[in-house]
Amino acid sequence: MPDVDAIVVGAGPAGAAAALELARAGRSVYLLERGPFPGSKNMYGGVVYGRILDTLVPGWWDEAPVQRWVTRRATMIMTGHQALTVDFRTESWGRPPYNGATAYRPDFDAWLAGKATDAGAVLVTSTTATGLLRDGDRVVGVRTDRPDGDLTADVVIACDGVNSFLAKEAGLYPHTDPANFTVGVKETIALPREVIDERFGVRGDHGVDYEIVGCTGDVPGGGFLYTNTDTLSVGLVLSLPALAAGGTRPEELLRRMKEHPAIAPLVEGGEVKEYSAHVIPEAGYDMMPELSCDGMLVAGDAAAMCLAAGIWLEGVNFAIGSGAAAGRAAARALQRGDTSNEGLAGYRSRLESSFVLADHRKLRDAPHLVMSDLAQRQLPGLACGVAERMFRVDNPEPKPGLRRILRQELKRNGVKVRDVVSHSLRALRTFG
Amino acid sequence: MSAGTYPEISFEARMGSVEFRIDEDRAHITVDDTKCRDCSTRGCITACPANLFVPTADGGILFNYEQCFECGTCYLVCNREGAITWTYPEGGHGVVFHRT
Ligand SMILES: Cc1cc2nc3c(=O)[nH]c(=O)nc-3n(C[C@H](O)[C@H](O)[C@H](O)COP(=O)(O)OP(=O)(O)OC[C@H]3O[C@@H](n4cnc5c(N)ncnc54)[C@H](O)[C@@H]3O)c2cc1C
Ligand code: SF4
Ligand code: SF4
Repeated sequence: MPDVDAIVVGAGPAGAAAALELARAGRSVYLLERGPFPGSKNMYGGVVYGRILDTLVPGWWDEAPVQRWVTRRATMIMTGHQALTVDFRTESWGRPPYNGATAYRPDFDAWLAGKATDAGAVLVTSTTATGLLRDGDRVVGVRTDRPDGDLTADVVIACDGVNSFLAKEAGLYPHTDPANFTVGVKETIALPREVIDERFGVRGDHGVDYEIVGCTGDVPGGGFLYTNTDTLSVGLVLSLPALAAGGTRPEELLRRMKEHPAIAPLVEGGEVKEYSAHVIPEAGYDMMPELSCDGMLVAGDAAAMCLAAGIWLEGVNFAIGSGAAAGRAAARALQRGDTSNEGLAGYRSRLESSFVLADHRKLRDAPHLVMSDLAQRQLPGLACGVAERMFRVDNPEPKPGLRRILRQELKRNGVKVRDVVSHSLRALRTFG
Repeated sequence: MSAGTYPEISFEARMGSVEFRIDEDRAHITVDDTKCRDCSTRGCITACPANLFVPTADGGILFNYEQCFECGTCYLVCNREGAITWTYPEGGHGVVFHRT
């Protein structure tokens, strides 16, 4: 007899959702976490898109540990000295069911894992799963670094995050290519709450989310700036191969972004409370592993489910969505007494019919589009250049026509119309 | 304070803002720098966000595991088989984030 019905490795959002569904289905489940508490190893940009919780934890917005509700979402395109921002705000995102919320992961992950333990899951912290236990090809449990640390179960769900050594050990990843990853670095910067309200033009518990392109110098990537109650999350997401090829170091790139005239007035005077770093599975659909094998499922970042369309990062919602689907599929397989690969096939079909795989398939081209040299360097230069010429008053010179401005700016930024057209068509196919 | 004089913290202060529960008994990452000597890329040096890979005069690498984010960047960018041995720290040890 195995020790428990199910073992979930990793108490991030994927693992907590999986354990919650298994416990609700009446199954005995261990939720293992290597950190001293859920969320202690986890860092992200800063916004949870919570609608996925509507059915999982009804009324979640009254209890989730939220910093601010995002009612302003802005995308900034910058060059060394210019910035062009598309800035959208709506008060409707400031009331239920909300759209996005800034939250600290050590708070949020601990809260969600608490839902799983309330439902009966057993959370075991400070415990690293060091490998798989197998019977032939079948996964029958995990080794841990506790004394007598072997644990057996009918099904294991690997929610162990981007480096997933469990999925690799099970042979579900054919290979790992550094080009499929980015690394994020961020500073949590303290500022008084009223100062944040003033600088960002928000009140009460409303907040702002900025995504920034063109701010990462010689390394393809993007930047972000989010408001918490009395801190800002300011960071960068950077391509691994470019960094490794002798690119400027992450903290120096971050310093430069913070010095940009469009960013400096927002962050100045703040004190760095915490620095952090974490890797992101960037290539989405094209890097996804096999999602199951005999006795095991993989969910969340461990299965590259994070939707990283360049700078627009949605991972927590995809982790919860895939984790919950894995938990439900595992519960169903346990009920039927078949947790073989075939018995667990319901997981993939659940994902296929939900946003998780639908969005990933649709947006599979997005990372390449946003990380391309055209999007990283040429288009920001072009967009800012055109804007500057449009808004500038050249009297006594007569106003130049838009067509002339465009022609000159295309030339100045070395942009070929042909490339813009083909890029736009690809973008339309991807986002349209 | 003007934008130009925004006080930038030192790298030591930056890393000092992070809590590490260091395991004195075991290094979770080790580097066999005999493998590094003919490495032409040396990607770990610029990519490690904690700046833990320090080149030595004789072409080796000096590495200390203590202030590590456990992010995985180094083993992902290293293309010399066997240069980096990478594991997670024992449960409860290593980096502990609070406002991330
Ligand atoms: C810089 C950056 C910015 C981001 N911005 C956003 C954003 O704004 N919004 C958003 O929605 N997403 C964002 N993401 C993505 C998001 O953080 C991830 O997609 C999400 O955390 C994935 O959840 P998960 O549960 O799959 O994995 P994780 O959150 O990584 O959780 C994995 C858990 O498993 C534990 N673990 C790992 N191995 C073991 C082991 N062997 N034994 C025991 N425990 C183990 C870890 O400690 C961890 O708690 C960002 C990511 C980064 C890095
Ligand atoms: S650790 Fe890897 S990348 Fe770094 S110098 Fe050694 S071989 Fe090269
Ligand atoms: S895991 Fe990350 S922080 Fe740690 S040594 Fe490697 S690159 Fe540096």
